[in-house]
Amino acid sequence: MASADTAKRGGLMSRPTAETGWTSWLTTTDHKKIGILYFWTTMIFFFLGGVEAGLVRFQLAQAETSLITEEIYNQMFTMHGITMVFLVVMPLSAAFFNYLIPLQIGARDVAFPRLNAFSYWVYLFGGIFLYSSFFLGGAPNAAWVAYVPLSTDAVSNMGFYAIGLQIVGLSSLAAAVNFIVTILNMRAPGMTFMRLPVFIWMSLVTNFLLLFAIPIIAVALFMLQFDTIYGAQFFQPATGGDPVLWQHLFWLFGHPEVYIMILPAMGIVSEILPTFSKKPLFGYAAVVFAGAAIAFIGFGVWAHHMFTSAIGPVARSAFSLATMFIAVPTGIKIFNWVFTMWGGKLRLNTAMLFSIGFVSMFTIGGLSGVTHAIVPHNAQQHDTYYVVAHFHYVLFGGALFGLVAGMYYWFPKVTGKLMNESLGKLHFWTWLVGFNLTFGPMHMSGLLGQPRRTAVLPGELGGTVEIYNLLSTIGYVVLVVSSLIFITNLIKSIKGGEPAGLDPWDARTLEWLTDSPPKHYNFGTIPTVTHRDEFWHRKYAEDETGTPVAVPAGGSEEHDAAVRDSEAEAEEHIHMPDPSYWPLVMTSGMLPMGYALLYASIPLGIVAVLWMLVGMFGWIIEPVAEGDDDEPEPVPAH
Amino acid sequence: MSANPETSAPQADAEHDEHGHHPTPRDYVRIALILAVLTLMEYSTYVFDFGGLGIPLLVVLIAVKFVYVASWFMHLKFDTKIFSRFMYGGLALAFTLYVLTLIIILFASATGME
Amino acid sequence: MTAGAHETTLGLDHRKLAMWVFLGSEFLFFGGFIAAYLLYLDTTAGGPGVEIFDIPFTTISSFVLLMSSLTMVLAHHAHTKGDMRRMRLWVLATAGQGAVFLGGQVFEFNVFWREGLIYGDSPFASAFYTLTGFHGIHVFIGILMLLGLYSLTLTGKIKPGQPIKTEMIGLYWHFVDIIWVLIFGVVYLIPELALLE
Repeated sequence: MASADTAKRGGLMSRPTAETGWTSWLTTTDHKKIGILYFWTTMIFFFLGGVEAGLVRFQLAQAETSLITEEIYNQMFTMHGITMVFLVVMPLSAAFFNYLIPLQIGARDVAFPRLNAFSYWVYLFGGIFLYSSFFLGGAPNAAWVAYVPLSTDAVSNMGFYAIGLQIVGLSSLAAAVNFIVTILNMRAPGMTFMRLPVFIWMSLVTNFLLLFAIPIIAVALFMLQFDTIYGAQFFQPATGGDPVLWQHLFWLFGHPEVYIMILPAMGIVSEILPTFSKKPLFGYAAVVFAGAAIAFIGFGVWAHHMFTSAIGPVARSAFSLATMFIAVPTGIKIFNWVFTMWGGKLRLNTAMLFSIGFVSMFTIGGLSGVTHAIVPHNAQQHDTYYVVAHFHYVLFGGALFGLVAGMYYWFPKVTGKLMNESLGKLHFWTWLVGFNLTFGPMHMSGLLGQPRRTAVLPGELGGTVEIYNLLSTIGYVVLVVSSLIFITNLIKSIKGGEPAGLDPWDARTLEWLTDSPPKHYNFGTIPTVTHRDEFWHRKYAEDETGTPVAVPAGGSEEHDAAVRDSEAEAEEHIHMPDPSYWPLVMTSGMLPMGYALLYASIPLGIVAVLWMLVGMFGWIIEPVAEGDDDEPEPVPAH
Repeated sequence: MSANPETSAPQADAEHDEHGHHPTPRDYVRIALILAVLTLMEYSTYVFDFGGLGIPLLVVLIAVKFVYVASWFMHLKFDTKIFSRFMYGGLALAFTLYVLTLIIILFASATGME
Repeated sequence: MTAGAHETTLGLDHRKLAMWVFLGSEFLFFGGFIAAYLLYLDTTAGGPGVEIFDIPFTTISSFVLLMSSLTMVLAHHAHTKGDMRRMRLWVLATAGQGAVFLGGQVFEFNVFWREGLIYGDSPFASAFYTLTGFHGIHVFIGILMLLGLYSLTLTGKIKPGQPIKTEMIGLYWHFVDIIWVLIFGVVYLIPELALLE
């Protein structure tokens, strides 16, 4: 931190300076610290979502039995869905965006560090708001898709859903703007678009999806909120409102949302597979363009979630066709990943295993997805456990496997230590078995007619369905054990993992060029990029046959040493953004704001608005360090 | 702070003017006058009966006003193309998605709920 | 982080790029409400419909908002010339016109309400008030930003060398104006023509 301008500080508006201790976390604007905050917060919500899933699974373990009331059951499956989608998978991706985007593009931070802190805190307060519903009259209980008219009924408690997701959405929107600007505008010299790591490409695409999808759900949620709380008539058939409008708006957002959750994992896997196959990614351009195509087509397939609603036969045919088309770019990616591994020198460590798990499980989920595209099939499968199986294969088997692979892969970067490999492999195999045991049988029980969102497993479905459900519940227990292994490994490795060294994986991208964990300012000297897989090309040259050979005479180490020397020199000239209290002050106003909207309380609303205005005012007028977002002051001639 | 440094032209200005002919206040007033006339024309569809031409005329007027504000007041005409892509890309996406939605809803209700 | 625009990859200022990225997404927001409004144009549940609109009145308030864009762009122009006195004048004029527009909207809402267009009575009423209300909130936020801009130039926090700050608020303001151009046409004029032939 620049000490030169301490003179300018002091007084009421001075900025916090702590770099360690808990205040440093509360006031941080460092993308790496914010990434870590995101990570641990999602772990807590993952635990909560897991407990909710457990109650659902134990309830359904046997037919015609009841462990929890139907009321509780409805809250459990609703909150499980909301939690896993909005409070786990999306923010976990955001944790990776935060930590990796600046490092992989060779930048020192994101474009708007305080806005980045704002995004995190808004997410946290949105999550707290949603979960406070348990103590304030019961959690939302009309499913995460919140179909009207059930969801506008007071009994559903969907006010918390409408406002809570609105808050969480604000976080995603702010983050999307931030990351798009960062990727477009802060790349290291020479880092052209076709030299971007695939993870950065997928981050860019994901954030564009967020940018355009979040406003749509904002509209839907506002309408839901106004209908539920203030008596608006958007979805009320009694006065001529159309409930199907909700479905359209929800899925206009909801389908891009699916790709928002899966594309970051695809990006992560596209980084890991080449590293551990010791080959460049097969068909880089194809993978990138397939990602962009998925996003683009992803906006045009929303009505395939509504084949059994009133949308008419023409729309059904058109959306069925569009949905089958979207399997093409997805298939392209899968083939590219397979061909990346083909003929490579595979190193089957935990990160690689999870990546291969991702490709296989995601393929299964993708194939069952194609069966949904066929309208008559869809009508049979709609609202059965077959659908539950399908989306858990793409979200758990897909997104979560990819994200866990990323955790193992970048753990050495974040901590400077290695995770325990034997515990890691145990984690992988139990995870894989538990996952398939839980969700595999659901395909069958669904096709045999087991309905979703039904509190008591109907005995009339027969013994086979009962066995499948028991298997699913056993699978859940295996997953719990597996998660415990993971957490143990994580904590053990953080405390006493083996030192990882600078480049434990023989990696390919820029983040491994700097220390582990990276210094506050990431790079002493911003690297100049001349190749895709820049770091690899700094370590290896190719001989005449195209086989990579290490740069001779320890050239790479020499190079590293050179980088480090210049870093020592550069250090004093680097100005990083100061920490700030204001994002936290401002965003904590989200809680009173949420309750004011929920209880239609004008006094509380005024308090909340003033609270946030004060926060915003402090944000604007607090001093900015030299090199921050103010142009240098023209020196007045006195 | 005295009034003196405020009125002196800042450094950044020279850099700003390099983008060719930058519009002057006179240009802006001219655009505003055109917009005023267009608004008056919009109003005229309410006063006079244009028959079947009324709605197409309004659509054209809205589009022209939109483009004028975007190109001149928002400087899109003089700025990088990237900004125009965000502006018109967002507009096109919103238009396509919501018009499709409306068509589906109206079509479904016209054919009778199955 | 950002020093000057010339140090970024695209040669663009982060803040301006961010504003454009954000504005692009706002179309999806207003578009959703406009779509709902169009869907419910004649779903009035026996209450008043588009015939309630007072087109001459709304034309005038639309005109005021349109002209506020002129003063806004003049404020920015004055700022680029370093003429802070004139810049502040134009900023105040812009905020003032915004306030006139908002006042007109409050007045309009009051009249409609008295004439029987109650928010919770029909999908049409809900859609109309929600759409125009959200636009009004955008105008209100714009006025707050303009007043903030005004006071921060007085305290010296915003300097003559930083026209980018006026430009950013200007972009937002023009965008809100452009949305009103769409609303005035699509919400008021076209339905009035189409339904009341």
